[in-house]
Amino acid sequence: MNIINIENISRIFQVGSEEVRALDNVSLRIDKNEYVAIMGPSGSGKSTLMNILGCLDTPTSGRYDFKEIDVSDMSDNELAEIRNREIGFVFQTFNLLPRSNAFHNVELPLIYSGIASAKRKEMARETLIDVGLEDRMLHKPSELSGGQRQRVAIARALVTHPSIILADEPTGNLDSKTGEDIMSLFNDIHKKGNTIILVTHEEYIAKRAARIVRLRDGRIEKDEIISN
Amino acid sequence: MSKYIFELKEGLLIAVRALRVNKTRAMLTTLGIIIGICSVALMATVINGIDIAFEKGISSLGSDNLYIDKWSWFTNEEFWKMRNRKNLKLSDYEKYKALAQLPTAIAPTLWNIKKIQFEDNYIEGALVTGTTNDYLDTTNFEFSKGRFFSAIESKSSRDVAVLGSEVADHLFESRNALDEYVKLNGIKYKVVGVLEKQGSNLLGNFNPDKQIYIPIGTVFKHFENASFRSIAIVVRSRNTSMVSATKEEAEGLMRRVRGLRYDEENDFSINQQEGLTRNYDQTVGVIKIAGLFITGLALLVGAIGIMNIMFVSVKERTREIGIRKAIGAKKRTILGQFITESAIICLIGGLIGLILAVLLSMAVDKFLPTSVQFGTVILAIEISLITGVVSGLAPAYSAAKMDPVEALRYE
Repeated sequence: MNIINIENISRIFQVGSEEVRALDNVSLRIDKNEYVAIMGPSGSGKSTLMNILGCLDTPTSGRYDFKEIDVSDMSDNELAEIRNREIGFVFQTFNLLPRSNAFHNVELPLIYSGIASAKRKEMARETLIDVGLEDRMLHKPSELSGGQRQRVAIARALVTHPSIILADEPTGNLDSKTGEDIMSLFNDIHKKGNTIILVTHEEYIAKRAARIVRLRDGRIEKDEIISN
Repeated sequence: MSKYIFELKEGLLIAVRALRVNKTRAMLTTLGIIIGICSVALMATVINGIDIAFEKGISSLGSDNLYIDKWSWFTNEEFWKMRNRKNLKLSDYEKYKALAQLPTAIAPTLWNIKKIQFEDNYIEGALVTGTTNDYLDTTNFEFSKGRFFSAIESKSSRDVAVLGSEVADHLFESRNALDEYVKLNGIKYKVVGVLEKQGSNLLGNFNPDKQIYIPIGTVFKHFENASFRSIAIVVRSRNTSMVSATKEEAEGLMRRVRGLRYDEENDFSINQQEGLTRNYDQTVGVIKIAGLFITGLALLVGAIGIMNIMFVSVKERTREIGIRKAIGAKKRTILGQFITESAIICLIGGLIGLILAVLLSMAVDKFLPTSVQFGTVILAIEISLITGVVSGLAPAYSAAKMDPVEALRYE
């Protein structure tokens, strides 16, 4: 089943009097349960691509079909709904609410979904157990290690059972051992049937995926399936 | 509808959590509102107190009474014109009384300010009213002891007196004043009655409890220049609906009694308590508006402070707003969150300000009359909420329209 289909997407930014083409006619298809890494050096447009795939940003031109529905022209509110239900973000800097505990952080997307209190507490609890944080639920981010924080962020991304997980340099702020733990976790998440899109500039991280899309100067240079 | 209530509840939850997390800032923000609401509420309690005190004060004047006097209580007419009028004489009163049909009671009054003595105690500046026994029927007097002077005592100008509650308390303290003799203008008067406490001290020098009533004849007998002064005539109408008819009759009769030609103006005035109320409303009304305006300014300052701090808060939480939006918060959710935060801060501040106002009003009560009413409480809460929503609006809007990508990049 096709989840993401973008055709000739361009994204142009106005910087003063100049135009910057962050993305230039990019087309891409991603199906359910794929594990895709988007790679490229700094300035290649991978962050911009991620923002567009994640419905945080709209393309200047081109078409984006998400689960076969055209989202390129959707309103802010409609995009917000899609982000809430279909997309789970994992950021390099974790981006947790610093003064809410792990449980509340994971609960938040469910609150925005309009899910009733008892149900969402149950869902949050389950998801936190799934990522191995059963006994850290009431800790605040400042009381958690980097790896644990990222797990909370992953739990928050998973709790709404989204169609895609979008991870932007998820191990960027972690040491190599913890980074390895997180990448195993992504492996497990992928095995359970989730669709994962990983953005990175590290070759060894990208190789953990099943397919690598390489970007350079806003265009796709190479798109290869790799054997794992 | 239930979805809206759900959103409101969730909004409240998020807002309360956010506030709990930023306690210090929330408290500082609240301070502005506390002061603002406290001033407005305190002002309202003073205004209510003055209104009530006024009503109590003039109730002793009687709403169905007319007061025929040389002077008008309200200077619509020129002062010199009134000053040059002929005094009202006792004979005017007697002639009017003989002719008038509509009133239920008519009494002459002659006022003085005198010192009253009993043994070693004395009270200065008491209002001495010389009048007849009919005066009682123009009032709502209640007696704590004794009675008003009788018709005989009145006609024969006996040296008897009825004391107001403050005079009696001051001169006799806990002793029984009845049948004792007080000294007034060098003459001893026997106390035949003491009045219940009537009104409060509001109307400036007019304290209805600091009075003494004596037969008018004794005033003419014992007071030096009594015959050079003008009397006033108190007239009681049968009921409120008869007041204007009674007033018309009085005007006609007094013109005759005073020998006025058809083309001459009245050389007397007929005053009413209602006029007092109107005058009060006009004068005090202006003061009330000014007072509320000034305290309103304090509130405005508080509101601006809140808006300012909310802006700072929004800026500081840019990253957080980006995160919320990435997770799926809609514009109106963010808007609602921040407006709710602002409203809660203002509500809490308003309640604290209200409690403070109630406590302060007890202290202020020593100088000015105050009255805490339920309406004031409701008003304070309403104003708090409205202030919260209005001051939170601009900051909340700026939060809502943040671009999530930019916001997430914010350090």
